[in-house]
Amino acid sequence: MLQLQHITKTFNAGKATAVVAVDDVSVQLEAGSYTVIIGANGSGKSTLLNLIAGNTYADKGRILLRGREIHRLPDYQRSAWIARVFQNPLMGTAASLSILDNFRMAALRQSPKWMRIGVDAAFSDAVRDRIATLGMGLEHKLLQPMGTLSGGQRQALTLLMTVMAGLDVLLLDEPTAALDPRSAREVMEIADRIICENGLMALLVTHNVHEALRYGTRLIQMEGGKIKRNYDRQAKSALNHAEVVSWFDYY
Amino acid sequence: MDFYVAAIIQALCFGPLVLGLFLSMKVFSIPDITTDGSYTLGAVITAVGFSNGYPLAATIVLAMSGGALAGCCTAWIHTRLRIHALLAGILVMTGLYSVNLVLLGRSNMPLIGYIDIFAWLGVFDEADHNTLAVLVFVLAVLFAVMNFMLRSDFGIAMRATGDSEPMIRAQGVNTVRMKLYGLAIANALVAFSGFLMAQFQGFTDINMGIGIVISGLGAVIIGDTLINLLNVRSIPFMLACVLLGVVVFQLLLAVALSIGVDASLLKLTTSMLVLTIVALPRVGSFLQFSKR
Repeated sequence: MLQLQHITKTFNAGKATAVVAVDDVSVQLEAGSYTVIIGANGSGKSTLLNLIAGNTYADKGRILLRGREIHRLPDYQRSAWIARVFQNPLMGTAASLSILDNFRMAALRQSPKWMRIGVDAAFSDAVRDRIATLGMGLEHKLLQPMGTLSGGQRQALTLLMTVMAGLDVLLLDEPTAALDPRSAREVMEIADRIICENGLMALLVTHNVHEALRYGTRLIQMEGGKIKRNYDRQAKSALNHAEVVSWFDYY
Repeated sequence: MDFYVAAIIQALCFGPLVLGLFLSMKVFSIPDITTDGSYTLGAVITAVGFSNGYPLAATIVLAMSGGALAGCCTAWIHTRLRIHALLAGILVMTGLYSVNLVLLGRSNMPLIGYIDIFAWLGVFDEADHNTLAVLVFVLAVLFAVMNFMLRSDFGIAMRATGDSEPMIRAQGVNTVRMKLYGLAIANALVAFSGFLMAQFQGFTDINMGIGIVISGLGAVIIGDTLINLLNVRSIPFMLACVLLGVVVFQLLLAVALSIGVDASLLKLTTSMLVLTIVALPRVGSFLQFSKR
């Protein structure tokens, strides 16, 4: 269970350009839930994700993961429980490293990286089997640098990398924003499958109304740094596309 | 012929230095100017160690620790104080000049009559060939160690740090500490080069480090050009290319000297040579541009 208690984050505090990105947000995410956060640009949804991941720290409030305070930990320590897929496919993987090396680092997300050769035949076989489940033919390209792959392939592999080690929370930060419609659909299907198969608690930030309706067990709309609407599974399934789009048409 | 053998010996003395620069420049993408200072520091500690009668192993360990410490200073200034790596390196390099002068107590110290690791091997008749054999052995060991390190889990984390910081932080790596380790190892290697060079030339000079980073950079860029040309990305191959790069670079300098370039123009020649190597790929695209 992930609890956010009265989280507030202000950028450029005390200056004329001060922006309250997240304003006293309290929300509780259950284990195994798949929450979708939707909102316009600047509504604070990405900041909220960054606060959970530890890229930025909250001015006020607490974040508890399974009862444990994590809001003072840096991002690389929170990564023991929290895995992340970035909006930019280039950020989630290291381009000059091979697919295999990227997966090796993902497999060691919770453990120290010692000076020993960890990429052996057994590890390669395990990774090859996992990648084969994507059905993209990438299992034959394990030694190819990540940078030679397309954005969609990289996002799909990033998703798979998150479950190479145990995790409590999966953060998806607009994972399809940089992809073409077909790749976007593929990546979302893979994400959905990985979340269901592993029973993960997931948090998806998106602009895409279609994705927001199709996936997830809960829908939250953010506006001006606050949670404006909050639908559980039942209420969410009753929503239709036009209704959600109307949330964004203020004029 | 002896002239070129001497050039190759000198190149091999720079071997650890270019491996260190490969680590900082190519793996971490940090242009590390500390090199100029830590190279001299290695040589200075060697001279001080020998003149005080320290055993060889202790002297080498001290020299490399000195270099590592210098690298830590640069990394700390760069990561904690958020100062550009180039400036951080220049600051430490400048400071090291005084440190070196204080440690050595004067500007120049001959090392004749002390331990000479190059004289150990008595297999060949010519001293130069023995020196060459010792250096090849030392570099083979370093090559094996570097190859192992960069392929290990730790090494993958290092390479990922230089490639994509958000990615590797999301995999639980403290990138600040990683850069500290990286620059420490790089500068320890550089200081080891200083040790080798002091042994080879038989003296330590306070100015021996000036412009050394450029020579090393030239070698790394030659190696990098080879890597891109052949498009092979395996670690041992990349390390071999960089080591080949330093030999090619020193031979080019030797050729320049042998065709009559004045010795006082050596630094100018060095920088022109590096400029040429850096500019070559761009000249290629410039020619294509004129076709458009």
